[in-house]
Amino acid sequence: MDLSHISLTDAAELLRSRSLSAVELTRHFLNRIETTDPTLNAFITVDAAGALAAAEAADLRLAQGQATPLTGIPLAIKDLFCTQGLRTTCASKMLQHFVPPYESTVTRRLKAAGAVVLGKTNMDEFAMGSSNETSFFGPVRNPWDHDRTPGGSSGGSAAATAAGLCLAAIGTDTGGSIRQPAALTGTTGLKPTYGRVSRYGMIAFASSLDQAGPMTRSVADAATLLQAMAGHDPLDSTSIDAPVPDYQSGLTTSMRGMRIGIPAEYFADGLADSVRRGVEQAMETFRSLGAQCLSLSLPSTAYAIPTYYIIAPAEASSNLARYDGIRFGHRCADPQDLQEMYARSRSEGFGAEVKRRIMLGTYVLSSGYYDAYYRKAQKVRRLIADDFQSAFTQVDLLLTPTTPETAFRIGEKNSDPVQMYLSDIFTINVNLAGLPGLSLPCGFDENNLPVGVQLIGRPLQEATLLAAGHAFQQVTDWHLRRPS
Amino acid sequence: MSQDMSSFAGTDRYEIVVGLEVHAQMRTQSKIFCGCPTRFGAAANTQICPVCAAFPGVLPVLNREVVNMAIKTGLAIHGQVRLLSEFSRKNYFYPDLPAGYQISQYELPIVEHGHLLITPTADLPPKRIGITRIHIEVDAGKSMHEGIQGASWVDLNRTGTPLMEIVSEPDLRSALEAGEYLKKLRAIVRYLGVCDGNMEEGSFRCDANVSVRLRGESRLGTRCELKNLNSIRNVMRAIDYEAVRQIDLIESGERVIQESRLWNADLNSSRSMRGKEDAHDYRYFPEPDLPPLRISAARIESVAASMPELPDAKATRLQTEYQLSEYDAGVLTASQALADYFEAVARYTAELGHPNPKMAANWVIGELGGRLNKDNLEIQQSPISVQQLGKLVAMIQQGVISGKIAKEIFETLFTDGGDPQHIVEQKGLQQVTDSAAIEEAVEQVLATYPEDVAQYRAGKGKVLGFLVGQIMKATQGKANPALVNQLLRAKLDKRL
Repeated sequence: MDLSHISLTDAAELLRSRSLSAVELTRHFLNRIETTDPTLNAFITVDAAGALAAAEAADLRLAQGQATPLTGIPLAIKDLFCTQGLRTTCASKMLQHFVPPYESTVTRRLKAAGAVVLGKTNMDEFAMGSSNETSFFGPVRNPWDHDRTPGGSSGGSAAATAAGLCLAAIGTDTGGSIRQPAALTGTTGLKPTYGRVSRYGMIAFASSLDQAGPMTRSVADAATLLQAMAGHDPLDSTSIDAPVPDYQSGLTTSMRGMRIGIPAEYFADGLADSVRRGVEQAMETFRSLGAQCLSLSLPSTAYAIPTYYIIAPAEASSNLARYDGIRFGHRCADPQDLQEMYARSRSEGFGAEVKRRIMLGTYVLSSGYYDAYYRKAQKVRRLIADDFQSAFTQVDLLLTPTTPETAFRIGEKNSDPVQMYLSDIFTINVNLAGLPGLSLPCGFDENNLPVGVQLIGRPLQEATLLAAGHAFQQVTDWHLRRPS
Repeated sequence: MSQDMSSFAGTDRYEIVVGLEVHAQMRTQSKIFCGCPTRFGAAANTQICPVCAAFPGVLPVLNREVVNMAIKTGLAIHGQVRLLSEFSRKNYFYPDLPAGYQISQYELPIVEHGHLLITPTADLPPKRIGITRIHIEVDAGKSMHEGIQGASWVDLNRTGTPLMEIVSEPDLRSALEAGEYLKKLRAIVRYLGVCDGNMEEGSFRCDANVSVRLRGESRLGTRCELKNLNSIRNVMRAIDYEAVRQIDLIESGERVIQESRLWNADLNSSRSMRGKEDAHDYRYFPEPDLPPLRISAARIESVAASMPELPDAKATRLQTEYQLSEYDAGVLTASQALADYFEAVARYTAELGHPNPKMAANWVIGELGGRLNKDNLEIQQSPISVQQLGKLVAMIQQGVISGKIAKEIFETLFTDGGDPQHIVEQKGLQQVTDSAAIEEAVEQVLATYPEDVAQYRAGKGKVLGFLVGQIMKATQGKANPALVNQLLRAKLDKRL
């Protein structure tokens, strides 16, 4: 059996039946990483010793019959979740040597369930980017074509999952950073409702948009991971205090009676034909499963990019002020005074895209510009959310392409930030409205590059998204295809 | 520049306008956004956690008690508690501000539209001073520069201490009014137990915005913000200094520049800190890590129900319940502990069957207050207990001892302690009320001072005082003065 691409459920069954030990499974992936990752660069830090220790503990727990569905399951974690005692860099020179003194809620919950953390995955620096090229640790390569990016910012998690370097991975999504790389690597990525998963210990990019979620090779796997991640956290005041449903038992195969909205604005010019074909095919599949597809309009869609690129940088400019060289992170050598220490530590520690966003954010919050930019953007954000709310009075789900095109070449959009920003055009509004979104593989283009379709749900309706996605994956095999 | 107001012929033509911003550290057990203790005096950076130090990924969780304390204060200053308020980030770089922003409240503060009544002069009715707002915010750490070569140190223990910023309207018209306002506000926060009100230690800090204008002018003059005012006295001195400085500028044809000025209490002067041109742009925006603060009417009601009696209400009650003067009631209620002490003494004298609240008030304010002041002690540290003072007052009221003897006993109690009754008995200080014994002393004195007796009889009534004094002296002050008077008059008149 090829352990690299088995499902979480199958792996858990092998572990429970003791036909495979957690240590063996962990070793398998550590070996895969050792041979494959020098090419892909999906990991920033591999924690072999920690992983094996966790695997041993998992085996003990399995032997005692106290296993959860995640006990002994090797995972890859995006390198912005603080892991106590394990370097957490945010793919930045600023945090190149940062070892957190505490654990994020997400990783604490996963570890408590018995999951094995293989290591920390590469990403765009501070999650700012859509191609993984802004990482201080170098770009990640798309397993489907090594000349292309896996998308970003959770590119390492996506590539590791697609290439079978882990059973599944955890990413974060501020404007599409789970869904866009999932689409570009043929994996399944879920961004939950804002507040469904705790942000405590997740290094902040844009606090009102950031949300953690699973990146997997199937919807069923995503359901298992979300089950362990979701729930109210007293340490995160923005986390939602609502019961967590049983996602696994909600996975059905029928779409009968389900109304799916198709927003016209997401099928306009600029959408690659290959993507359009894949998404239309997915629509047909959902119809064949009994769903009803309705055309509708989300008129505020066009304002997504400008609104996002005011709000997200504004929050980022403030969130990143703590990297001042005083308590942690990079400090420049021999500063002459405080001002120089700030200026040089930050100039040396941050990359170009991070600096660009700090400057953007500082500008839009400045006295005299606040009303014109930040306050107006917040109003537009409300309109965008209202669009979705009114759409959801007619339909249960929305279906859109995840990205306008398939994976692009490394370096292709580097020189034009706006071109880069446009690759998140279909995902950003979901963050602005705080809704759950799921990206599923739905085909391939002429270059054998994966295409993704996005399902968007009502707040806290992850179960509906997962049920639809699971039904889709029961009759399609796009998610089972692997890069050679 | 002259510092003597009277040196300006035209000074009276100007009106001083003052608004005060008070930062009150709230006396919660734990910090505002994490579980660290708010203790002071611990070794540097030992009372901190990743939240205090703004480590990557941490999030704030609002302390409920902070909100309750702000509600309490809001109600006490007759303010409106907003059912919806929000936190904002105030962004600036400073080494003791670990996040690079202070979490504060900006557009929607928790309390608005309050006021206080102050009585700067006894002969004028109380004056209403508006309080624009109270908002909740977080204190920063401390930077240390002194005695360190080529570096500065940062102590984050104070980071995360909850603060209330209480902003007055520019309704104050003199240093005296500013002082009275601060005393009143400090008494209130102390009564509520929300702040210890200690200005010297920085738990109750005040910045003063001062401007001057010609009397009758409705527009406000350009203001300066005075900082580093660590006592009420310094606030008052700094305001006076600033008013003179501004009037001086205007009188000499110059303009007041809007700026922050640092008060130096040792030099009794201030210096410019920074001008408006290099003022910070704080880039306020709503704090995305904290949802808007929603307060239910029921919560406000429940906080209101837990409020203690406040200074004004207490003073009114003391006047009616104990027939005290407005002045005495005001002095006693300046501190809750003092008022409590007085009431306990008054009650104790009643329990002993010899109530005299007015006398109790005199002793608490006069003798005890003066003596504590001399030793720089607070009422809580009084070496004389309520029972000791109560017994002493009761013994005067009962006629066991005279006021004069009582003062002697008071001093013994203050320095050596003991039971007033035992001291009286041991030292034989009981008042002599035996008329035979007093009569004997009267006879003796009349015999010793025949000339004075003659003068009295010639119509010089004031000699009586001298004779009473001599009799008291002869009885070592123990004779009952009323009885002495009565017997002396009887004897003098009888012999006519």
